[in-house]
Amino acid sequence: MEKRVTFRGWWLPALLIAPQVLVSAVFFFYPAGQAIWQSLFIPDPFGLSSQFVGLGNFEFLLGDRFYRASFGTTAVFSILVTLCSMIPALFLAVMADRLIKGSGVYRTMLIWPYAVAPAIAGVLWLFMFNTRVGVVSWYLGNLGYDWNHVLNGGEAMGLVVVASAWGRISYNFLFFFAALQAVPRSVIEAAAIDGARFWKRFWTIVLPLLSPTTFFLLVVNIVYSFFETFGVIHTITSGGPQQSTTVLVYKVFSDGFVGQDLGSSSAQSVILLVVVGLLTIVQFKFVEKRVHY
Amino acid sequence: MAQEIHGMVEKRGAGLWLTHVFMILGVLIIFFPIWLAFVASTITQPEIVRPPMPLWPGDQLWENYSKALFSGVNVPVATMLVNSLVMAVGIAVGKIVISLLSAFAIVYFRFPGRNIFFWMIFLTLMLPVEVRIVPTYEVVAGFGMLNSYGGLIFPLIASATATFLFRQFFLTIPDELAEAARVDGASPMRFFWDIVVPMSRTNIAALFVILFIYGWNQYLWPLLITTDPEMNTIVMGIKQMFPSGDDVAEWPVIMATSILAMIPPVIVVVSMQRLFIRGLVDSEK
Repeated sequence: MEKRVTFRGWWLPALLIAPQVLVSAVFFFYPAGQAIWQSLFIPDPFGLSSQFVGLGNFEFLLGDRFYRASFGTTAVFSILVTLCSMIPALFLAVMADRLIKGSGVYRTMLIWPYAVAPAIAGVLWLFMFNTRVGVVSWYLGNLGYDWNHVLNGGEAMGLVVVASAWGRISYNFLFFFAALQAVPRSVIEAAAIDGARFWKRFWTIVLPLLSPTTFFLLVVNIVYSFFETFGVIHTITSGGPQQSTTVLVYKVFSDGFVGQDLGSSSAQSVILLVVVGLLTIVQFKFVEKRVHY
Repeated sequence: MAQEIHGMVEKRGAGLWLTHVFMILGVLIIFFPIWLAFVASTITQPEIVRPPMPLWPGDQLWENYSKALFSGVNVPVATMLVNSLVMAVGIAVGKIVISLLSAFAIVYFRFPGRNIFFWMIFLTLMLPVEVRIVPTYEVVAGFGMLNSYGGLIFPLIASATATFLFRQFFLTIPDELAEAARVDGASPMRFFWDIVVPMSRTNIAALFVILFIYGWNQYLWPLLITTDPEMNTIVMGIKQMFPSGDDVAEWPVIMATSILAMIPPVIVVVSMQRLFIRGLVDSEK
């Protein structure tokens, strides 16, 4: 789409666009270029010079047991976060949609966790499950279950998943609720007259009508669990125990800043860049489609 | 007739009560972590370290919050709150200003290289700061912007979501308005100030809400570039309040800090709910 009416001149638009171009060039394109460039080198241990290795860093990464494990961890983590945030959100949205009055009050209450930073969410859940003072872990202990996410990798994963999914429930609820409100009443009523009961109507009519929203949320939540959950993992487990919660973004951080392995960290950034690129393409393809609905 | 059908679709009686019960249960479960943090911020350390802690607030609210605000652990929480506020407002305002200007240029002018710029900006959508942290850190360090507000703000406004939003919106402004402005001999900037900006008011406000939350909730970036506790933001500063090693964390103060850290974004989201939802739906589309 283009404007028919435009203004003339080139120095004014150049001036207008300059701040954005400048900020993008300095803080985006240069660093992104650096990441690609550095991924082709191995710096020597003293950081004085570096040796060109071509795709050596990538070859090493793809053969590295820990890096491959981190891919698996990320896959499990993002699928679990997506499911644990979308299913409760859909359920709550369906319930809220059934109410004629009062859904606004519930909505206001349910929005809260969205405003809570992932890192703060991490602190809250860490507090509940803390091995020494946690309330939930204490009650679990009374029930005979010995909770220890500091030693048990599975429990650590469970905890970071729940803490990451928690705030997302609000987000997904808002989108599902808006979509449900947009389902035409006449369709539902027609089905009701034909004798379809609530859950039958839900599975056969409402859920298919929600599929654009559901697909959109799937992509957005996967992107979220890839990139925005660093705070949760850093506050709760720091990637442990035994790297069982080291997702890809966490590994870029720990190899680059803690391990000072710039070549490998940059190569990981480039791989992530490709992953985001693919996800973005999927998202845009889908958005194009959605416009026709 | 209409009413009968209404009754068939929306539940009444027992079904309605059940729905309310489910909703209340859902809200309670989702609220529980926040409630527990609040309770922990109103009781004493001994009450917490001897589990189970009480589930009802105590009388230490003032003590814990004033201790957090004015002395904190490494640095007073009041300082961290100010830093977070500067960062969040800086990111929101900075991004809105540069995006308004560049979207206006892209939509209302034909100039050489316009498409190249458009795609350049488009590319920045793809790569979150988490992915390019090491080189970005080096750039910021090279400028001597570690431990500065500039270093906290600039790398995070280098992304184009807002530019896209404004571009989409500007395209819906009727051509007649620009035509009229041109016939009247108004300069482009006059048109921008008198027509475009006032018409974008709602979009600007909605975007402000989203960007404020985004900026306030940043974690990794402030963690890397603020080594001086005086420059810590509250969201990343909380982790620094945990002792290293085997010391017991000062839970009441830490929990008071987490409540303080969520108050500003919660106020923004709840009080500007309509704008917030609108901004959310717009910026993700």
